[in-house]
Amino acid sequence: MKHIKTVETRNLCESAKKGGCGECQTSCQSACKTSCGIANQKCEKSDKKN
Amino acid sequence: MIHQYKAGGKNIVMDICSGSVHEVDDVTYDMIEAYQDKTREEIIDGLKNRYDISIGELNEIYDEITELKEAGKLFVEDTYESMAGELKARTSGVIKALCLHIAHTCNLNCSYCFASQGRFHGERALMSFEVGKQAIDFLVANSGTRHNLEVDFFGGEPLMNFEVVKQIVEYARSIEKQHNKNFRFTLTTNGMLVDDDVIEYANREMSNVVLSLDGRKEVHDRFRKDYAGNGSWEKIVPKFREFVKRRGGKNYYIRGTFTHANPDFLKDIEVMLNLGFRELSMEPVVCAKDDPMALTEEDLPVVYEQYEKLAELMLKKDKEGDPFTFYHYMIDLKGGPCIYKRISGCGSGTEYMAVTPWGDLYPCHQFVGEEKFKLGDIWNGVNNKEVQDDFASCNVYAKEECKTCWARLYCAGGCAANALHATGSVRGVYEYGCKLFKKRLECAIMVEVTRSLKED
Repeated sequence: MKHIKTVETRNLCESAKKGGCGECQTSCQSACKTSCGIANQKCEKSDKKN
Repeated sequence: MIHQYKAGGKNIVMDICSGSVHEVDDVTYDMIEAYQDKTREEIIDGLKNRYDISIGELNEIYDEITELKEAGKLFVEDTYESMAGELKARTSGVIKALCLHIAHTCNLNCSYCFASQGRFHGERALMSFEVGKQAIDFLVANSGTRHNLEVDFFGGEPLMNFEVVKQIVEYARSIEKQHNKNFRFTLTTNGMLVDDDVIEYANREMSNVVLSLDGRKEVHDRFRKDYAGNGSWEKIVPKFREFVKRRGGKNYYIRGTFTHANPDFLKDIEVMLNLGFRELSMEPVVCAKDDPMALTEEDLPVVYEQYEKLAELMLKKDKEGDPFTFYHYMIDLKGGPCIYKRISGCGSGTEYMAVTPWGDLYPCHQFVGEEKFKLGDIWNGVNNKEVQDDFASCNVYAKEECKTCWARLYCAGGCAANALHATGSVRGVYEYGCKLFKKRLECAIMVEVTRSLKED
């Protein structure tokens, strides 16, 4: 596209189908301890397709 | 729903429900803003005189936007609310992380400590190995099929009970294989008791260490004093440098707190960088609203500016080949959390609990000492179902303010403890925290957009 550059991102709608394995880190556990945000958590699944 | 903003010289458009992120030129930015409310003709009519651009090109932009909409990357409707309860229910009854309050005592007397100098509003206490062992058994027994289990050694100052930390780790390691578990340990320390033994041990056993340093010496020493009133900066900084030097690439965070006394915290981050640290976290203080250290509305513009400049500094350091990480700017757009995680939030009180030195369970470390939130204990499990149910039903769609917020799928409804302290309810919204979170998120996305599009 000429006017829009799209960053490659995880498709959240797709992740609703098979997401929720729960293996990811508990938010806030490792660093901040005083605020919550899940944006900086990593997915533990290797393919991230679901 | 979309969120569009300008930052770092870029026009950024986030499509909230699909998770898509776009960088666009000025005219496209304006067209996207008008796209849903006006017809093609109205939009083009409105823009043709504002920009030096042909009608043909405006039509081309309109088609690009439409193409993205049809591809599910713009203006995607929110279909998650109805599945929010079900998604969170998938993991109900499974515990995967414990915060062990290994020492309710501290060798520093930091006046801003949310844990009241490590005692959490109670008596000084150390966790015994027997309690720690039972906590590990409790976690394994309640973790279902979860493979990765997290245990954080927290306090107070955990190194004041280091022998028990070692015993608990040894015990957990001895049973992890037979139960098909993988323990990930974290140690949070103020550094006072760090020595060769601690460094060698923690760098072998702890998947992460959180090292408390507030940055500038005068900032750090203002609050982080020993009981004789001496600042701790001089004592801990050489220890932390050695700790990190020998960490061998394993995760660590230099974690600072900023308060009303230093809203210009970028200076503190620069000190951390100059000391050679590259994995950084800087958190707004958690304290009562009327506390003189609490951040104020007047501090907000200063804090916003720090976040913006921090993002610029990160990109500058990237260019110089000397990158660093900032906890709240770590956003993996390709490999980040699934929608389940984004709706469910931190898992406090359900997947995650804190254990006191005497074995009581609380929804998280920030609730320890607030008796009515006590969930049960590690021998008998959770018996306060009422409180647990409250946490279990606390997904991002359970809060009216969050339902329509553009940041909802990145913050997941925020911190229950912050909400409680700000509003009196775990289902409340800590508005000041929301403002900071949104600013951080915009900056983080800008950094990621810059990085990703440079790679292309």
